Amino acid sequence: MKPGYLMAIAGLAGCAVAIAAGASVRDTTHAQLERGRYLVAAGDCAACHTADNGKPFAGDRPIPTPFGTLYSSNLTPDEETGIGRWSDDDFVRAMREGRRPNGDHLYPAFPYPWYTRLSRDDVLAIRAYLETLTPVKEVVRAPDLPWPMSWRESVAGWNLLFFHDGEFKPDPQRSNEWNRGAYLVEGLGHCSACHSPKNALGGVKRDEAFQGGMGEGWFATSLRPTHPEGLGAWSVDDIVSYLKTGANSRARAMGPMAEVVENSTRHLSTSDLHAMAVYLKDLPGDNDTRHPPRASDDKDALTRGRLIYLDQCAGCHMQNGEGIAKVFPPIKGNTGVHADDPTSLARLVLEGARSARTGDKPEGFAMPGFADKLTDPEIADVITYIRSSFGNQAAPVSTNKIADVRKQVAGHS
Amino acid sequence: MAQRLPAVDVVLVGFGWTASILAKELTDAGLQVLALERGIFRDTIPDFSPTSIQDELRYAVRNGLFEEPERETLTFRNSLEQTALPMRHLGSFRPGSGAGGAGVHWNGQTWRFLPSDFELRSHIAQRYGAKFIPQDMTIQDWGVTYADLEPHYDRFEYLCGISGQAGNVGGKVQEGGNPFEGARRRGYPLPPLKRGAGQVLFDKAAREAGFHPFPCPAANTSEPYQNIYGVQMGQCTFCGYCEWFGCGNYSKASPQTTVFPVLLGRDNFELRTRCEVTRVNTDSSRKRATSVTYVDAAGREFEQPAELVILCAFAQHNVHLLLLSKIGQPYDPVANKGVVGRNYAYQITSSVDVFVDQILNPFMGAGALGQAVDDFNGDLFDHGPHGFVGGGYLALWTTGGRPILQHHVPEGTPTWGGKFKRALAENYLRSASIATHGSVMSYRDAYLDLDPTYRDSYGNPMLRLTFDFHDNEHRMSDFLTARATDVAKAMRARSFHAKPRKGRYSIVPYQTTHNTGGAVMGDDPRTSVVNRYLQSWDVSNLFVMGSSVFPQNAGYNPTGTVGALTYWAAEAIKSRYLKQPGPLVSA
Repeated sequence: MKPGYLMAIAGLAGCAVAIAAGASVRDTTHAQLERGRYLVAAGDCAACHTADNGKPFAGDRPIPTPFGTLYSSNLTPDEETGIGRWSDDDFVRAMREGRRPNGDHLYPAFPYPWYTRLSRDDVLAIRAYLETLTPVKEVVRAPDLPWPMSWRESVAGWNLLFFHDGEFKPDPQRSNEWNRGAYLVEGLGHCSACHSPKNALGGVKRDEAFQGGMGEGWFATSLRPTHPEGLGAWSVDDIVSYLKTGANSRARAMGPMAEVVENSTRHLSTSDLHAMAVYLKDLPGDNDTRHPPRASDDKDALTRGRLIYLDQCAGCHMQNGEGIAKVFPPIKGNTGVHADDPTSLARLVLEGARSARTGDKPEGFAMPGFADKLTDPEIADVITYIRSSFGNQAAPVSTNKIADVRKQVAGHS
Repeated sequence: MAQRLPAVDVVLVGFGWTASILAKELTDAGLQVLALERGIFRDTIPDFSPTSIQDELRYAVRNGLFEEPERETLTFRNSLEQTALPMRHLGSFRPGSGAGGAGVHWNGQTWRFLPSDFELRSHIAQRYGAKFIPQDMTIQDWGVTYADLEPHYDRFEYLCGISGQAGNVGGKVQEGGNPFEGARRRGYPLPPLKRGAGQVLFDKAAREAGFHPFPCPAANTSEPYQNIYGVQMGQCTFCGYCEWFGCGNYSKASPQTTVFPVLLGRDNFELRTRCEVTRVNTDSSRKRATSVTYVDAAGREFEQPAELVILCAFAQHNVHLLLLSKIGQPYDPVANKGVVGRNYAYQITSSVDVFVDQILNPFMGAGALGQAVDDFNGDLFDHGPHGFVGGGYLALWTTGGRPILQHHVPEGTPTWGGKFKRALAENYLRSASIATHGSVMSYRDAYLDLDPTYRDSYGNPMLRLTFDFHDNEHRMSDFLTARATDVAKAMRARSFHAKPRKGRYSIVPYQTTHNTGGAVMGDDPRTSVVNRYLQSWDVSNLFVMGSSVFPQNAGYNPTGTVGALTYWAAEAIKSRYLKQPGPLVSA
């Protein structure tokens, strides 16, 4: 058993007793179940496998992808529609190889390219927990994909190109904490699934992992130490606080990341979050193919944007862009504001979004949408302004980009 | 036939301030709590979004957030010999509707009543003799004291994040606060709001007049604040859209900004909206409430059984429900018997508009941004020479400078045309109004009962309000108007214009939504509907919250006292009632 597991259990039980690395603890049924519950949270399984207003883990939640819509599997132990008849080996194979018991390929919207890093013990703990769920008869809809993707065997080719299976191998040169963080981030956390650029077939560009990418229609920022979009300026504690409470002095989690915090990371022990933060802080610098960002020097656009900012934004984010501590996040130095791809910023301004609700921050402050109030050129101006002000250095945003995102948002609602 | 639903521990009728607080406190105690709200659910975003809330026409003029008289109203008359008619438009008061109730659209003026207010009849009789109280004035003691409520006032203030300057901490008068207030255990959670030019002007003038001005206690946060439930609030931006509006940036205390975040997700709490409760049902002994009947938006009728029923609707709706449910003896003003509907009271307001040379920037406002003088409230001054009971505060509020309703023009200005426009342009930035906020005593002929003629959309008799101002109130209000005029003179205004409240009470022009009484609290079941813990004397598993329990009205905005009474009752329910259900006071 890896020491990390013990840390997880210790964190779970709120146990103050330090367990020496390598000590053995009998994995009782109870301990295994609780570990499974914890790991299911770490994997954010509910995000996809519980539908809006659906029974927990009964699946059939639509998963939009660039290629079509998939529907998540029913993970409850129902014998006909769930995984009740699956053997342990069937489950391990699905998690680590992306295959159903009959050998059919699962689509890689299911993050088996990450879950393949999990230890068998962890996978079985997850399985043990899922078996305690109430069985729900929920027939999952068939994927709505065009040919050839509709042909499940096509995934074999995808796997050949992009799937690198294999359990996580700790790096003996690194600390236990670093290895625990790597195991969580690269495995259950599947952070790079969103936070990385993808190729035309949806595979993560491995060399550019964690350099920011699209996920669920939002742009997830770079986690590399690049400043100012990435985590370069964030401390380990900033990251822990963000993942635990949904906010820190630099940012508040909004959009899909708010859901990640609510469903997943807030449930993790502080020691695990700390480990994840240590690993994230150690990501390599950019292997950046992008042009270095250059703030706008279009004086007219900046003047228009500033006036809109003062009218519409400064009430909460303040005239100096510093926000209000513990309440409204700063614009100044905000990693999200510096995103290479401004899709998320545009969505925030158009649709608004609610921040994560956690035990520490229950209020769920929300930003209103401005779609009905501001035109595309106005939104482009104000975003260009905030990307070029308060010391921020990010490229201007075009009216066309805002128009595209507006269309995309309208399509969702 | 009503569909009978599975029982819950507690059913709350309404979902405004009092219900939200009780829901939090009673779910903390492990009870299964259900709130039935007649209006819709709404939250800061998107319903009060700062992108759209500053719409005076929609909200202040067209009553966007209030109860709709088309759906629910009452009939009104001034006196017993008149025939009451239904109020078809909102007028002198504007109850809220929907989640958060009137706690959404209030200003946030959050006062404590004076210690003597709670023992009014005893206090007046002792100081001036029993004959000082007119025959038909039915004021009485509350059955609770200021000392009883002090910890609960404190709790409500720390729930809301009140901005203010204490005037009396532990008996020690504090510089800059209201020196006349009852002793408080500690200062307000937040410093006072930054004053506007109008407040500075008023402060100076009031001092010159010999009074003791101080910043008004405000449920508009002067700084970011984390409340007693761990809920973070923002910081007021002085946008000037509090009253009649919801707050878009989490800085005005409301159930949404202080309680909902820690309540709504709870497994043992449920909110059902668009459910109007029409009856509290009792068993054959009539001593025990068994359920409530409600009608949903589709017109379906349900019976919801509960162990504990708590009325948390707006003041007169609680009384209406008691009357319809035949709980407690209805009040009869002729025989002077019965209790339900008795001692309805209101408040009496007046103002003095002042036109000055300085620019006051009225648009930089907040609902409770004001400087006040409390020298003439309650029994803080010798009433002997005046011969009236009661009092009130004077204040220069800058709640906002909205274009349609919030402007002042000098006396004699035409109401339209070029001269009006010029006067408006000349005075918009250079005018303000000193308000007086006076108490109204309770009287034998001011009450609520069921209307004999008009019925509501459910076929139930409407509530009938019989109310008029009495001579005592007019004399008191005129006295306050004269004191406000003293301040106006000391301001050295270019001109000022006193607007005293004259004549009979009219339900048409807006005055205040501080309706009280009808289900009053007290020590004697012959003169009160609920005991000192807000528990029905007749039905011990029924409690009544809100200002309907006030035996008479004080010269302060009521929400602080409503909040304190709610925490007071919640504590009695949690610490005593749940351990041994039954009457908390033996009759």
